[in-house]
Amino acid sequence: MAYPTNYKYSKDHEWIDAKGDSATVGISDYAQHELGDVVFVELPAVGTKLTAGKQFASVESVKAVSEIYAPASGEVTEANAVLQAKPETINTDPHGAGWLIKMKLSNAAELNALMDAAAYEKYIEEKKKEASA
Amino acid sequence: MRYLPKSPAERQEMLSAVGVKTIEELFHSIPEKYRLKKPLDLPGPMSEHEVVQYFSERAKENSNGYTSFLGAGIYNHLRSVITDTILQRGEFLTSYTPYQAEITQGTLQAIFEFQTLMCQLTGQEVANASMYDGSTATTEAVLMAERLTGRGRVLVARSVHPEYREVLRTYAKNSGLHVEEFGYTAAGTADEKALSGLLKNDVCAVVVQSPNFFGVIETLKPLADASHSHGALLVGVVAEGVSLGAVKPPSEADIVAMEAQSFGLAPSYGGPYAGVVASKDKFVRQMPGRLAGQTVDQEGRRGFVLTLATREQHIRREKATSNICTNQALCALAATVHLTLLGKEGLREMAEQNIAKAQFALAELEKIPGVKRAFSGPSFNEFAVEFPKPARLVNAELLKEKIVGPFVLGTPYPELTKKALVCVTETTTRGEIERLVAGVRKALAA
Amino acid sequence: MNEKIKKATRHTNQNEGLIFEKSSPGKRGFDLPPLDVPKVDASKALGAHHRARGVEGFPEVSEIEVLRHFTRLSTWNYAIDLGMYPLGSCTMKYNPRVNEFVARLTGLATEHPYQPQEMSQGCLKILRLLEKCLLEITGMDAVTLQPAAGAQGELTGLLLIRAYLQKQGNARKIVLIPDSAHGTNPATAVIAGYEVQNIKSNADGQIDIEHLKEQVTDDVAALMLTNPSTLGIFEQRIPEIAEILHKKGALLYMDGANMNALTGVTRPGDLGADVMHLNLHKTFSTPHGGGGPGAGPVAVKKILEPFLPIPVLVEKEGGQLALDSQRKESIGRVKAFAGNFGVLVRALAYILAYGPGVRQATEDAVLNANYIRKGLEGVYDLPYTRPSMHEVVFSDALQKKNGVNTMDIAKRLIDYGFHPYTTAFPLIVPGALMIEPTESESKEECDLFIDAMKSIAQEAAVTPEIVKTAPHTTRVRRLDEVGAARKPILRWQPEAKKSEAAD
Repeated sequence: MAYPTNYKYSKDHEWIDAKGDSATVGISDYAQHELGDVVFVELPAVGTKLTAGKQFASVESVKAVSEIYAPASGEVTEANAVLQAKPETINTDPHGAGWLIKMKLSNAAELNALMDAAAYEKYIEEKKKEASA
Repeated sequence: MRYLPKSPAERQEMLSAVGVKTIEELFHSIPEKYRLKKPLDLPGPMSEHEVVQYFSERAKENSNGYTSFLGAGIYNHLRSVITDTILQRGEFLTSYTPYQAEITQGTLQAIFEFQTLMCQLTGQEVANASMYDGSTATTEAVLMAERLTGRGRVLVARSVHPEYREVLRTYAKNSGLHVEEFGYTAAGTADEKALSGLLKNDVCAVVVQSPNFFGVIETLKPLADASHSHGALLVGVVAEGVSLGAVKPPSEADIVAMEAQSFGLAPSYGGPYAGVVASKDKFVRQMPGRLAGQTVDQEGRRGFVLTLATREQHIRREKATSNICTNQALCALAATVHLTLLGKEGLREMAEQNIAKAQFALAELEKIPGVKRAFSGPSFNEFAVEFPKPARLVNAELLKEKIVGPFVLGTPYPELTKKALVCVTETTTRGEIERLVAGVRKALAA
Repeated sequence: MNEKIKKATRHTNQNEGLIFEKSSPGKRGFDLPPLDVPKVDASKALGAHHRARGVEGFPEVSEIEVLRHFTRLSTWNYAIDLGMYPLGSCTMKYNPRVNEFVARLTGLATEHPYQPQEMSQGCLKILRLLEKCLLEITGMDAVTLQPAAGAQGELTGLLLIRAYLQKQGNARKIVLIPDSAHGTNPATAVIAGYEVQNIKSNADGQIDIEHLKEQVTDDVAALMLTNPSTLGIFEQRIPEIAEILHKKGALLYMDGANMNALTGVTRPGDLGADVMHLNLHKTFSTPHGGGGPGAGPVAVKKILEPFLPIPVLVEKEGGQLALDSQRKESIGRVKAFAGNFGVLVRALAYILAYGPGVRQATEDAVLNANYIRKGLEGVYDLPYTRPSMHEVVFSDALQKKNGVNTMDIAKRLIDYGFHPYTTAFPLIVPGALMIEPTESESKEECDLFIDAMKSIAQEAAVTPEIVKTAPHTTRVRRLDEVGAARKPILRWQPEAKKSEAAD
């Protein structure tokens, strides 16, 4: 799967799609693949304050729980209701319909610390090499 | 040794295969200084016969020949021999936790049936595959309420079993939970007024037992309403599960913690028993303990697996909903076999017999001058009576008649020294009740 | 069927639905003796509390149907009575049947925990003797038999540590836990109110002592150590580790899950442990019963004795035994009533059968593990090469090359007639195969196991598909765990939704 070039990516495999001071956040295709079949997603309530680098959600497969860390600081404006009934959407469309939350950014400059698509793809290539070493 | 399937020759063969001359070489990773030079000082070895003899002799040194009127959380009920027939099947007794579902469908389906029976009994939507006992189930239910509400204050009725309250306090001390107690009324029920005085928007759980420790059946609705109006959850505790054969289930409770000992588990001087946490579907992800779920295999056959395991310690580790690893699978199986044998009508009849026996005992005791019923609330198979002198003195006399008298309430409730909790079940004969009455008469005359 | 599969053959077992599906009104499995007191109208006695029609949905079946139902279900289970469970750190040993017999004796199974203690001396003597035996085995000073299982024992142990440190003035904040530890360790530490810090293992699978020295600060309450570690390797420098901790006022907690490698050979108390728990359903042969009950006694050094949970078994004047609940400094009660007496009886019966010869069991357990290790070295990757004790950990690194992982190998082992070993644990070995045969396995059974594992390794190299899609011979094939977690069905419901008012 291609990594959308207009998204930014964190070391913990979250992506963020920012437009002005609004943004959508999700997990990358690499992350969903590592996790396996998603069975449950725990998302924060609207209004929850987020701090960059701190856990704000979790995604569960049968055998593991993955903590999801905020790629940027701000406030949750919407949580993806589709994931309640169809958590597998994260597996089938992690960069699109499988988004986790929408948020209002408090400091858009934080995005500069994240990777662009090309850097992220290189990053996961190295991770894959480490794993099979 | 009969439990070790090796001959000396086989041991030698295996040592050679491993490449060592003696078994001691395989322990060289233990520093020499710490390797024991002589055998442990332990009794034995005993042949099978000697083992049986040892325990048979100990069995003669207990309460043989005495009739007991004790309940207080552990109850004597009739039990079919079939329960042990099933429990003793090696495939159930010596099987492991069903993590490998394909070869443990027996255990898993039995657990699924247990979960169903517990829901039916308690009027709740989902039940787990058991906790250690009723006291830890109560604590786990409170911790669950804490997780669900994010609040730290717990209000517990004093009419809840004293040891259940002690266990809760032991766990609460270290988890930041703040436990407070509220009293009971003259009728022996949880004091709703006292509760309302304590309720604020910082309470996660209100804990009430029914029938309570005094044997009195609580009316849960006003307690549930009061709790809910402050955003707290009502935890309903059931220590005598057979009551549910005739008494309405605690469906108004948000979480139920029940002891399953009454369902065919021997009293066995303290355990093992089995606790259950039951609740609403919407709370299931915060529920502790194992859960068996129905599913299909790759060829469409119905099967069962342990599910929602991500709540548990082996995955969540620090973030687990509980640290529990074992459940009480064999005890839960015993309860399942017992309840399916009894069935709907059998459980109802058993419950009604308990009520009849208890009413008879109460009526006969009240004929004794000076003896009166202590609490006016409706009861099931346990009721408190008040004697004209301290209950422990009455019991000392009863012992001479080979009767283990009712539980002395003054021990956990210093304000109730003249009161005692009489428990009568379907196993208590009319003759035994009459002997109790005669014994009490004699004790009071002394 | 593959002619290489020597131990297992197909056998007929029957289909069986849920007990609720056999239910029909009017059937009954158990009769009560007639009432010998006047009948009472329950609705009058209970008023508004009366449950008019009995429990809705409760099954109504006959005695033979119940017996057949559970008998058929039992045939779907693997069990120790059938063959080996090579599960690492579970110690699935023979559950002696005499233990079942004595636990059920009238006079033991019938006793009420609140009956007068003068009339419970037989029970109390059993507890006293078990305590003495466990102290001799562990080399500790005092013990509590209250905790209901290992995890509860761990919690009790940590609460004891907290109480002790609190009395010194500071309960401290942190518990150190190796990354190879069992999941109950960190879960328990958190419940006890501590923060968990991981300590790394070195390349030999032992605790990194230099790293440890840095990590043990005045904020550390304890280190929770499993010995042998979950790699089956003896932690060589325990006395040193104990000293590092004690110098800083911290304590050493030993998880006794692997006692089967030590009983009669060495004693944790001698090595420097301050507190430890034992799993009676592991080393001491009490049955797993499909997941419990167990018992988790906690043994301590003198300094922790004042804090033991109530009740504490004491000897009074004249030799009478009693349970004492008046203990000012006790951490309180961890469980209602007493410990899991029925389980404790079984453990004592096991110890009495062996006596001082219990060391032989340990030796056979270690011999079996090393025999299997020798048989499979080179066939499976061995990540840590230090000597193994009662268990050995391989990895699936060699088989992964063909896309076969530890889970697949485990499932294929089922077709060969064995229960799988422990997969994917400990976490520090990716793709782990954790194997503990116990002393209950004969040379014959060990050889069959080695042959099976060798055969599967060959299959993984040559015909990996048969391994990846295993098991093939079980009653049900691989089950959809994802579906079970997404849309949980956790109870049976009747087909037609009833519109009657609820009870």
